Amino acid sequence: MYAYIIRRLAWAVVLLFVISAVTFAIFFLIPRLLGSSAETLATRYVGRSATPETVAAVSEKLGFNDPLYVQYGTWVKGIFTGAEYDYGSGVERCPAPCLGYSFITRQPVLPDLLDRAPVTFSLAIGAAVLWLFFGVAIGVLSALRRGTFFDRAAMGLALAGVSLPIFWTGLMGLAFFSYKWDITAKGSAYTPLLENPVDWAYSLLLPWVTLAFLFSAQYARLTRAGMLETMNEDYIRTARAKGLPERTVVVKHGLRGALTPIVTIFGLDFGLLIGGAVLTESTFGLHGLGEYAVLAIRANDLPKILGVTILAALFVVIANLIVDLLYAVVDPRVRIK
Amino acid sequence: MTERVLVDGATPTSQPTHFLEVRDLRVHFPTDDGLVKSVDGLTFHLDRGQTLGIVGESGSGKSVTSLSIMGLHKRGVAKLTGEVWLDGQELIAADPEEVRDLRGKEMAMIFQDPLSAMHPYYTVGNQIIEAYRVHNDVSKAVAKKHAIDLLGRVGIPEPHRRVDSYPHEYSGGMRQRAMIAMALSCDPDLLIADEPTTALDVTVQAQILDLIRDLQRDFNAAVIIITHDLGVVAELADDILVMYGGRAAEYASAASIFNHPEHPYTWGLLGSMPRMDRARTDRLIPIKGTPPSLINLPLGCAFNPRCEYAGRTDGLATSERPELAENGAEAAHLVACHLPPDERRRIWSEEIQPKL
Amino acid sequence: MRRKHLRSLGAIAVVAALTLSACGDDGGNGGGNGGGGATPEFNGAVGAVFNASDKTGGTLKMGKSGDWGDSVDPGDTYYGYSWNLLRGYGRALTMFKVAPGKESEELVGDLAEDLGTPSEGGKTWTYTLREGLVYEDGTAITSADVAYAVTRAFDREVFPNGPEYFNGYLDYPADYKGPYKTPEMDISSAIETPDERTIVFHLKAAYAGFDYFAMTPQTVPVPKDKDTGTKYKEHVISSGPYMWESWEAGKKYVLVRNPEWDPATDPNRNPLVDRIEIELNLNAEDVDNRILDGDLHVDVAGTGVQPATLPTVLNDEEIKAKADNPGSARTWYTSIIPTVKPLDNIDCRKAVMLAMDRSLYQAAYGGPLAGGDIATSMLPPTIPGHIDFDPYDSAAEGPDVEGAKAALADCGQPDGFDTNIAYRTERPKEQATAEGFQQALKAVGINLTLKPLAEGTYFSDTVGKPSYLVENNIGLATNGWSADWNDGFGFFSQIVDSRVIRPTGGSSNLSVRVPEIDALLDTAIGELDTATREGYWGEIDELVMAEAVVYPGIYSKALTLRGDGITNVFVNEAFGQYDYISMGVE
Repeated sequence: MYAYIIRRLAWAVVLLFVISAVTFAIFFLIPRLLGSSAETLATRYVGRSATPETVAAVSEKLGFNDPLYVQYGTWVKGIFTGAEYDYGSGVERCPAPCLGYSFITRQPVLPDLLDRAPVTFSLAIGAAVLWLFFGVAIGVLSALRRGTFFDRAAMGLALAGVSLPIFWTGLMGLAFFSYKWDITAKGSAYTPLLENPVDWAYSLLLPWVTLAFLFSAQYARLTRAGMLETMNEDYIRTARAKGLPERTVVVKHGLRGALTPIVTIFGLDFGLLIGGAVLTESTFGLHGLGEYAVLAIRANDLPKILGVTILAALFVVIANLIVDLLYAVVDPRVRIK
Repeated sequence: MTERVLVDGATPTSQPTHFLEVRDLRVHFPTDDGLVKSVDGLTFHLDRGQTLGIVGESGSGKSVTSLSIMGLHKRGVAKLTGEVWLDGQELIAADPEEVRDLRGKEMAMIFQDPLSAMHPYYTVGNQIIEAYRVHNDVSKAVAKKHAIDLLGRVGIPEPHRRVDSYPHEYSGGMRQRAMIAMALSCDPDLLIADEPTTALDVTVQAQILDLIRDLQRDFNAAVIIITHDLGVVAELADDILVMYGGRAAEYASAASIFNHPEHPYTWGLLGSMPRMDRARTDRLIPIKGTPPSLINLPLGCAFNPRCEYAGRTDGLATSERPELAENGAEAAHLVACHLPPDERRRIWSEEIQPKL
Repeated sequence: MRRKHLRSLGAIAVVAALTLSACGDDGGNGGGNGGGGATPEFNGAVGAVFNASDKTGGTLKMGKSGDWGDSVDPGDTYYGYSWNLLRGYGRALTMFKVAPGKESEELVGDLAEDLGTPSEGGKTWTYTLREGLVYEDGTAITSADVAYAVTRAFDREVFPNGPEYFNGYLDYPADYKGPYKTPEMDISSAIETPDERTIVFHLKAAYAGFDYFAMTPQTVPVPKDKDTGTKYKEHVISSGPYMWESWEAGKKYVLVRNPEWDPATDPNRNPLVDRIEIELNLNAEDVDNRILDGDLHVDVAGTGVQPATLPTVLNDEEIKAKADNPGSARTWYTSIIPTVKPLDNIDCRKAVMLAMDRSLYQAAYGGPLAGGDIATSMLPPTIPGHIDFDPYDSAAEGPDVEGAKAALADCGQPDGFDTNIAYRTERPKEQATAEGFQQALKAVGINLTLKPLAEGTYFSDTVGKPSYLVENNIGLATNGWSADWNDGFGFFSQIVDSRVIRPTGGSSNLSVRVPEIDALLDTAIGELDTATREGYWGEIDELVMAEAVVYPGIYSKALTLRGDGITNVFVNEAFGQYDYISMGVE
């Protein structure tokens, strides 16, 4: 078991390097292949009216003139040893682990990421609780009342939830719940959990509900399908034959059996989400990792893009690992060798 | 040998005289293709300490019968009529909650495939504990001790250790023993075993059947063994009910069925029964044809398309449904066949028995 | 102490009308100043002060979608809204008059007592600082601090974002690299500070508009011992009425009153609120909603409401009354690339000019209110020197199809031709513009293929690179320019001077390569007489149009919202935005 975890972690590290190399290549190599020179890359960091001399100097300073593998090596080295940048006005330190240093905002990427991760995490965790609860509950009820009005209505709503884009539901939610009826917090109203838990929950309620609406729909459908399958299993008949109350049969035996795929998908969804809920964060003006990624891409800030990608990848890899471990817990037939 | 009496459908409310009495049980499923008559007018009874074997091919209605007794039929879909009396209580019209309370406590069931019938995510012990605690208000520790006892009793080695194992960690025979332990956890008066050995190796089959017999003796329960294989019930059953197309074809004591069966379908079953004392090649005589559709049963005797002797009934076999009736010679041997009783006995002794 | 200062302000009120109406209000309301005196009116803050008041105190809440465009460091910023706000915490040598309407075109002394004194025919400019100027920590502001601020902005590696005017015009030593890298170098050839209140700039060549340079935030003083280079933006030392309380990158900026600021040294500003909060990275639609809801006062970017909000504003008279429609020194246009065949022939270019339907351009930008007025030339009307002329009869209904066909025939392409039109993928308005061209030009046989390109590398890697245009056969490219200030030089220097076009890319001038215009620019730059100089801008505008290398689209206007409860609101035409340092709250 421990050997397995260690092996998986080692793999995760290798995977992260591959992802970083690929991301690096996408943002640094492809522009080169498409004909950008070191100077044209540098023009992004020199403002609107720089002279060719400035561009050349910046290009040299930022290492764009080095071969690509040297640039990648420098980046990797920064993770272990930290990096230093000297623009002339004093040395700027990017302490290890240096996940990159933005040439535009002149700041190390990692502190930004750490600063924003709690927002995204808060968003994800609250939404996850809601969508797991409602998604699974609706899915179970739908499966048990298959074909009834409830089932049809719930599945119709679920289809809407899956199809409606979050920036639409989010803006509608804001328009009605926040501005018209003044029930929920207005946009960009995040309060850290440790500062005031009540405000924290209040400020995130609408984003949670919006995000949970999308995911609940998906989980309701998933749960319903799983329940329809497991409720026909022989072991459900056995449970009934024991004389168990129907509620125990459904929850303890039926739902438990249908839970495995839900746990798997939940792990991956959650992993992806804490890497940045791009649309939700942008819609509600939450300063999380997803918004960070959007801003980085919009500003063409490659080190930031790289940093946030690596962090998101790390979350997904960890989520994957946890899912695999959880699998063994959820399904005793799966034994980790 | 107990007395076998046909209960008249016209007086359904008469008090039962047996521990289990099933009267004119009908289980019908309306489907898009038509009405499926899984069980259509079945009557039998059983006493404590006795074993009834219900024998038939798949689709003959034997499993539906057992599920209906247990109240495990698909509620809302199946239409049940008739009466099931268990220990003086009628179950068909009873509140489902009452029936639920009887399940596991008064009547228990063992299923065909113990791997799929046990929940893969809970330990064997937990599943037995759960079955015990739903009817007995005891602590988990007490229930666990009980589970270990039961596992020991059904012959699981090292029950202390195995109680915490998962079903997939058991062998097939062990799992069936565990199923039996679970069924017996509340000391039921009626035990229904639905094809308890079908999924098992031949050697293990015998062990499980021995176990059921031993336990029945200890628990003094009424046992119904449902099987497609007469061999399984040959030594175990006191009475045998042969089902065909949702109805009883022949109903008699085990000795009577094996010594002088009278229904051509029973002959077929006997012919296809493996026997240890014969060479393999000339032994098995399969019944030709396939079981009938339960939506469109053949007119007359449901078995007529497959019956070699249908021609000897003056056309009755294809026009009129034979009622289950005394065979005329021996008390308590009921047969539903248009062949004249003498003719049946002659065919058996002259044409069938020598070939077996 | 602050009270005393504020009371003394009555005598040096920024705008007389403002004070008068404020007094009138007070009289009318009998001292009850919570209800707000003015009836909301569309364009109420354009050319006049809306809801004038001198009530002080309160918090002005501003919001912005996206991050701050560049920086709040006075040496490292180029955005109009950034300069607008910067006047709150930084004082440059000169500034535009803080007033509504045309008055704001006028430059006045800010740190300096008056405008610069030119000598040597405009090659040397001398400014004298006011007495009693101090930073937020009470230390004195000297001319050396101004000199230091100007020189530190020389280092483009440290401060890439600001304008390059000083770097280009000041007569620095050839190997000068700024105060960080060459701290000991003698730069008296460029800047001298003979005493604590005098600063003298020496230019390489005469430049008549130097007072405009002195207005840029690069002359906002920076105390050398507090300068932290790239980190200075995290706490800029204030010389204005407000100072930084907190600076959270990408999240929130908070400014509070600077107790050391002395209104006696500052006749131009009349700050009312005690606190300015700016939330960043809001959802764009949410900014509008929050302003309509009364939760925010102003969208600090000042670029107008989102398309989604537009119908709400236009269809509801009550909401429309809270909106203004200021114009700005910005023109949206499309470059017609004369290096791409067959557009090297002027008649083919003229065919494009005549065949395009102006109304499609305006519609692409959201119509007359949200987009702006149909442009007939490059130079917007808010810039002095603009003359109304219409060489391609833009005002006419619909395109001149016959004229275009005739031009095509002259060009030797009577059946039309194929070319590409580039635009920035991220900008739906430019996409709509490109589609408008495609639709209109099809009528005369010119077939356009849409070529969406990434905004981030539009000028650096793609259309800004002359070779890219030719290789990819890009005949048209959507473009736009906003003057750094309302002056022809600021508007034209980067977009019509052929000498800014570089083979490596990065230029905003994609199509104007006319030696005559280059020469005319040089002449204008040295002309000390304002009227003559402004005359040249119109002349240049006419030359560009005659060459048919730029298709003028619209003179930009924005539909902006005044939040509830703000007083003393007016559009400062120097920025085309509300004046952020004059607003108060009820």
